Amino acid sequence: MTIQTTEAPRSRLTRRQRARLGRGVQYAIGLLVLALIAAKTDWATFSDAFLRSDIFWRMMPRVITVGLVNTLIYTALAFVFAFFLGLLLAIMKLSSIGPYRWFATAYIEFFRGVPALVVLFMVAYGIPNAFRGFTFPGDKYGMVMVGLGVTAAAYMAETFRAGIQAVPPGQLEAARTLGMSYPRTMRTIVLPQAFRIVIPPLTNELILLVKDSSLVYVVGVTAAQYELTKFSQDFLNRTVSPTPLLVGACCYLAITLPLSLLVRQLERRYAKAR
Amino acid sequence: MTTHAERPTHAISIRNLKKSFGSNEVLKDISLDVDPGEVVCVIGPSGSGKSTLLRCVNLLEEPTSGQIFVGRDEMTDPDVDVDRVRRRIGMLFQSFNLFPHLTVLGNLTVAQTKVLRRSGAEAREVARRNLERVGMSHKEDAFPAQLSGGQQQRVAIARSLSMDPELMLFDEPTSALDPELVGEVLAVMKSLAAEGMTMMIVTHEMAFAREVAGRVVFMDGGFVVEQGAPADVIGNPQEARTKSFLHRVLNPMVIEADEITDEGVRDVT
Repeated sequence: MTIQTTEAPRSRLTRRQRARLGRGVQYAIGLLVLALIAAKTDWATFSDAFLRSDIFWRMMPRVITVGLVNTLIYTALAFVFAFFLGLLLAIMKLSSIGPYRWFATAYIEFFRGVPALVVLFMVAYGIPNAFRGFTFPGDKYGMVMVGLGVTAAAYMAETFRAGIQAVPPGQLEAARTLGMSYPRTMRTIVLPQAFRIVIPPLTNELILLVKDSSLVYVVGVTAAQYELTKFSQDFLNRTVSPTPLLVGACCYLAITLPLSLLVRQLERRYAKAR
Repeated sequence: MTTHAERPTHAISIRNLKKSFGSNEVLKDISLDVDPGEVVCVIGPSGSGKSTLLRCVNLLEEPTSGQIFVGRDEMTDPDVDVDRVRRRIGMLFQSFNLFPHLTVLGNLTVAQTKVLRRSGAEAREVARRNLERVGMSHKEDAFPAQLSGGQQQRVAIARSLSMDPELMLFDEPTSALDPELVGEVLAVMKSLAAEGMTMMIVTHEMAFAREVAGRVVFMDGGFVVEQGAPADVIGNPQEARTKSFLHRVLNPMVIEADEITDEGVRDVT
């Protein structure tokens, strides 16, 4: 019987050398692709269309003071509304009372399946039509809060339900054996833990909501109520240049990137308490 | 219903308890009393219903039929305020179940302030006194994840003690621990027994049962098969099933390959 030596004839490279070579090849491919794209791009034409500084300066500062600020306001209002409605729906869905469960399920299935644009439209025009004399508090702002919030609540309800169910049943048992009532246990023991669990998916939904705020134009807003997309579109029409869209896109990133950083910090702070 | 006057007050009184999960009858007519200050160890093979029995006492499991009294309160009475009775019953779990989002001190004070409505200062004072009893004073600001299993279980005991319970239930409190950490938990339980705490303990620690228990209850197949002083039940068992179980537990290495069947290990005859 022959004994296999560790030195296979095929590879004379050591493991370390092979790994280094593999990494080198991967970098080379990446750089090559970037170089090709850069070489093929017609930078002059592109910047003439998308990177016109004169238009950028015409948008300033109102793209921030109106567009960005309104986007933040619409998002925040809808998020707060969706947060509490979503929590309520999640608890209803876990309820021992059948009709509550059915209602929550029906709500979630309906609003997850219908486009947010349609829901916003129906809330904005359907509710004032159905209830004579009803006006939203804060007018358009209240309208958007509900219109975007009811859809986001459906998504958040499922997130919260998953978070609540991810808390080990032993936690509930330990709290109940200490004499805590069910509502007290939910408030003090289960929900704080569930909240930590759902921070990542909840951030996701918040970021989606930031972008959904671009649907607000359907409720017919005034110039002072424009959010980023509507604001940029308005400029696009007047300047016949796509530059405003790029400026608007950068403003969205200016919201979402710090948000992601903030959440990562929050997660790190909770890391040892879970 | 029995009137209170004619019924002697046991710490726990279980009357004809039956419990089924679906068609699976786990407890088949159990009657058992635990007197104040008594330490009762419940032993038996897994699936014998001993944990279910313990969990029925504070109604974590709803009995199918029968009665359970804790002191003068009937747990099985639909009108009983379960939360109020549960305050008097401490319970320890195999998996500790400390609240991971609260510090050690937070774990000990949360129920005191929210349930017993003690002031923050009073709750902290009670908590610190109990942490000292279990030798965990130095960790009051730690989070549970930063503690060893033995330390977590001792904190869990201190958490129960902070509610000033009349009796305590232990559901295999050392089963999830590394062998070298079992001793520190048993030592705390032993000191509680010495102080006169009423305890009902489901355990596989035969040495502990023998030394600390006032009475050992052997369960198998949903029945109490044998009970009595530890020296009798563990030292000189009368029933064949008790003998077989203890032989397996006390001599885990004495087993032949042909004794292992599809149903498990054959009974010792």
